[in-house]
Amino acid sequence: MATGLYSQHLHNRSIFYIRNSLIAVFLIAFAAVSLFPIVYMFAWSFGPAIESASTSYNIFPGRWSFDSYKAFISFSNYSLKWIWNSIIVATFTVLGNVIFAGMAGYAFSKIKFRGRSFLFFVILLSMMIPYQVTQVPLYILIVKNFHMTNTYPALILPGMCTAYNIFMAKQFFQGIPTALIESAKIEGCSQLMIFNKIILPLSKTILSVMAINTFLNSWNTFFWPFLVTSKEEMYTIQVGLKTFKFANGSLLSPMMAGACISVIPMFVLFFSLQKYFLEGVTVGAVKG
Amino acid sequence: MKKQEIHNKNLSKTRYHMADNISGWGFIGVAVAVFVIFTLYPVISAVITSFQEYKPFGSEFVGFENYITALGNDLFWKSIKNTLVYTVVVIPLSLILSFSIAIMIVPFTKNVQSVFKGIYYLPGIASGVAISVVWLWLYDASPNGIFNRVLALFGTTSQNWLSSSKTAMLSLIIMALLSSHGANIIIYIAALHGIDNTYYEAAEMDGAKFFQKIRYIVLPMCRPTTLFLLVTGVIGSFQVFMNAYMMTGGGPDNNTTMIGLLIFNNAFTYGKYGLACAQAILLAIVITALTTLQFKLMGEDIEY
Repeated sequence: MATGLYSQHLHNRSIFYIRNSLIAVFLIAFAAVSLFPIVYMFAWSFGPAIESASTSYNIFPGRWSFDSYKAFISFSNYSLKWIWNSIIVATFTVLGNVIFAGMAGYAFSKIKFRGRSFLFFVILLSMMIPYQVTQVPLYILIVKNFHMTNTYPALILPGMCTAYNIFMAKQFFQGIPTALIESAKIEGCSQLMIFNKIILPLSKTILSVMAINTFLNSWNTFFWPFLVTSKEEMYTIQVGLKTFKFANGSLLSPMMAGACISVIPMFVLFFSLQKYFLEGVTVGAVKG
Repeated sequence: MKKQEIHNKNLSKTRYHMADNISGWGFIGVAVAVFVIFTLYPVISAVITSFQEYKPFGSEFVGFENYITALGNDLFWKSIKNTLVYTVVVIPLSLILSFSIAIMIVPFTKNVQSVFKGIYYLPGIASGVAISVVWLWLYDASPNGIFNRVLALFGTTSQNWLSSSKTAMLSLIIMALLSSHGANIIIYIAALHGIDNTYYEAAEMDGAKFFQKIRYIVLPMCRPTTLFLLVTGVIGSFQVFMNAYMMTGGGPDNNTTMIGLLIFNNAFTYGKYGLACAQAILLAIVITALTTLQFKLMGEDIEY
């Protein structure tokens, strides 16, 4: 605990309370500033579906309605399918990562096989390469060689098992005592059985954190879906929102409604699984 | 041949077991396939493409021409400069900001702490597209825009935030500072909790005041965290693309063209794949150099 950083003012508790109140006031003020864009987005998403230039608009809309949500959804025949596409892509990306990055992480930490350390080193090294390096060849590969534009596999496969998740899984599995695995082996368990019956039950938390992180990243990703989709019906919600923005530059409220539609699923997820989200931030960042 | 075979056999007997080799490769099979196809191959291909002029059927080898074109291009240097300015302002300020906020959160009880963590982290889970769309309106050039309303409070006239070359970069910097500190705050809080109380008790016996404790205990103890956030922050900042693409399109007069946006435009607007790959590889070299430099300057006495 870091309580020792602050004096507890045991001789004079009122100083203690005044100081903490002042800090709290500042923190709340800063929280208000941080949250303002989000509040603004929610509030104006209920504003009128008209050009903002034609009226002098206030900080918050005067009359609240769902008109702008209707306007955003009727912008394209596929507006609702964008959300569905995002769900499909994010779900399969999560499944791929939890299963395959989990298995790879386990093998890299607990199975002694030939080529293990070299391979892991190469994967680790690849994490330092900026995505700009791979984007052009990847685009040529998927779009020009495989002709996979506007397909789910094109959206899912490249992110199906990321180096980061392999690394995270390996770090975690390393902490599981090897004796546990050895004794299971002596009892006659195969590696697959060990993984299913011993490792997985022990790693529910880390795998949940990994699943949530991956889902969030996949849902929010814009760049790759933007490159490999050209038909509106295959857009993800982020690509759809971007298209709407460039097509309707002056429609404040419908744009906010679109932004809301793209973030609300993640906010719901956040409020129901806050613990895992916050844990995911510090995984891999702080030692010990 | 025979010797080699015997040697291999001995090796597998002494160091590896056949069963482990099989199950090991079985476990990593899919991961390796995905890695080879979607990471390793593209990296190698990018290096090759950077020495070529791309044509759909049989690219032409042009030697270092793409690199020479890239390095001789004013816009390339301008985009490097823009990215550097953006990084040098945003990253240190955001670290100072999140460190201060974390320091202010720790005196409270666990429950209050998690409420604040949640609040500060919330904007961070919105997508870059959504955040950009909202901030676009906060920067609205009419007097109705939120930032212009704030200026009006101070009696200043309205600004064309995103479309004036004086304020465009500043706008992107303010946006970055106010919408991406949540994760850093949480990481700093975790680091602060990792400092043992005995340090503070010892310092108190020596008569240390609050700021002396920060200076001589907290800052040194948080150094690995700061280095981590600095390195990842700089790496992320050099790859920034979304805000410039969505908010300003790189304008006005390329004043907010970041290197990420320049590479994107060369590749996917103009179809100059070779040049884009060369620039991307130059970017990778710059990032590697900066990362090494930061470790050299800050990481001397940090153990990993």
